[in-house]
Amino acid sequence: MDIIVCIKRVAQTAEAEVKIDSSGKDIIKDHLTFDLNESDTYALEEAILLKEKFSGTLTAVSLGAAETDDTLRIALAKGADSAIRIKAEDFGELDGYKTAAILKEVIKDLKYDVIFTGCIATDDYYSQVGVILAELAGIPHATLVTKMEFVDNKAHVHRELEGGLLEHLEINLPALFAVQTGINEPRYASLIAIRRAAKKEIKVVGRDEISAEKITLNSNLEELFIPPVGKRAEILSGSMDEISTKLTGIIKEKGLL
Amino acid sequence: MNFDLTNDQKMLQDQVRKFVDAELAPVAPEIDKSGDFPWKSIKKMAELGLLGVVVPEEYGGSGFDFVSLAIAIEEISRVCASTGVIVAVNNSLVTYPILHFGNEEQKKKYLPVLCCCEKIGAFALTEPNAGSDVVALEATARLEGDHYILNGTKRFITNGGEAGIHIVFAYTNKELKHKGISAFIVERDTPGFTVGKHEDLMGIRATANCELIFEDSKIPKENLLGKEGDGFKIAMNTIDVSRIDIAAQAVGIAQGALDEAVKYSKERKAFGQPLHKFQMIQSMFAEMATQIQAARLLTYYAGSCKDAGMARFSKESAMAKYYASDVAVSVTRKAVQIHGGYGYTKDYPVERMYRDAKILELYEGTSEIQKIVIARELTR
Repeated sequence: MDIIVCIKRVAQTAEAEVKIDSSGKDIIKDHLTFDLNESDTYALEEAILLKEKFSGTLTAVSLGAAETDDTLRIALAKGADSAIRIKAEDFGELDGYKTAAILKEVIKDLKYDVIFTGCIATDDYYSQVGVILAELAGIPHATLVTKMEFVDNKAHVHRELEGGLLEHLEINLPALFAVQTGINEPRYASLIAIRRAAKKEIKVVGRDEISAEKITLNSNLEELFIPPVGKRAEILSGSMDEISTKLTGIIKEKGLL
Repeated sequence: MNFDLTNDQKMLQDQVRKFVDAELAPVAPEIDKSGDFPWKSIKKMAELGLLGVVVPEEYGGSGFDFVSLAIAIEEISRVCASTGVIVAVNNSLVTYPILHFGNEEQKKKYLPVLCCCEKIGAFALTEPNAGSDVVALEATARLEGDHYILNGTKRFITNGGEAGIHIVFAYTNKELKHKGISAFIVERDTPGFTVGKHEDLMGIRATANCELIFEDSKIPKENLLGKEGDGFKIAMNTIDVSRIDIAAQAVGIAQGALDEAVKYSKERKAFGQPLHKFQMIQSMFAEMATQIQAARLLTYYAGSCKDAGMARFSKESAMAKYYASDVAVSVTRKAVQIHGGYGYTKDYPVERMYRDAKILELYEGTSEIQKIVIARELTR
């Protein structure tokens, strides 16, 4: 089985102080650490498990700056056979559609039965790339995948829905799966695998090597901003009964009840 | 001059960091309390190749260099000093001398077992009456037929209570003084070998630090490491290497304490503002961070001296060990200070780190011995 996994290196903002840069469209990143996007870690592991089960090839692809090579090397150390970095600096502003269109152009000549992506990137929260890539490639997809089995060239996948519901789908291959966190237990690369991966070449693809057609933005980012702190805040005091009476009064006063 | 880590060193750091944060940090307080040897963690680390970092692949190791080993020990020690020294001992005090001084048969027999952690190693040099003063050893080994008969007691042996393979030092000819000391590879099931008192340590409490007792223990002749009389040279050469890892352990403990102090200073408020807004706290942070970075550079430099094939790097490793140990004790003390009363409780890891740090100034040569080594090298 031939597998592609699309991964992204993202700024780790969960515990950092986030500030907007002078363009107003991005955050200041020089003090942040970067790592593989969380759900992509699970997508990569799922891809490795699938390759180990059915053999075949596993190619890791990432659209990113030169530092993304570090992330791709980890993918190689964990089990990918080859890695491709698409030079993000060649493509300017990106959105979900444009990223998917670029990825589609790069993978169109690769053999694949399955494409994996993470279900969401923690930097832009678009959750679009997997779905659009599947549409552009003309293959079926499933998102928020929490379990998968492959039988007779078909995938049986579980999707996580609201309210604790699970959906079981049967999907013909080739197909794309956007993987949810927690689907597996991502491995650590062994030191020997790291040494071997350090010597592997990462193929770098630039703008000139990709057909320009259809690589456009589908949306324009107008502004990125931190919501202003509310000017009014009132802390209600008293017993639970008194607080709930006051609260009901305020809600009624604002016309919300 | 290039201070960048290589691609494989960056990857090793990344993967070890993720592993220790997920797997070791949660159990570090537990094993500190219980004193239980962390076999489960050690086995997992063996699977990653962390028990034989510098051992070539042909003997079951990972084939990395000594700077990489220091990076790994630093990361492990950042969250768990006990596990840091357990791994450091297996790497630089046990696999290294076998790799460097052992014959081909010994390498093939013992290195794969130590790298995959079927057995963990221990280094038995110290005795009740011989610590810094190595020549004061009392253990003896006399050749009788195909065996050496080993007698003596070893004290404060890290991993001692759990190890399957020990490097043991004893006099084969006391008249020759230090040139009469020999080194032996001793297996746990050797007749006449028992584990004595388990030390109740102040820090690094999960390291199975024990007394080892040898009473007419029969050591096969082929387990002599190097030649008779090579023991002192083997010990000194090995300790030159292992001091790099103890320095790395110190850097890791100090970095862990600084990280905790910075985190706490953002959460805790006093007089209406977070602690990190106070200049006295900022002053401590500046000192801590600068000293840690200086210690780290000394440590990596000592590792790079070994990697470059320098025949003698005693001064460099002693400098790294002396300075980094001093920094670790100072930084952990400040980290407790920044935490205030909470830092004196077991609710915060800096209390453990402060206790763990003190051993760094004592083992693998006290700080005073490091100074003697450095000064001697200057006046040679």
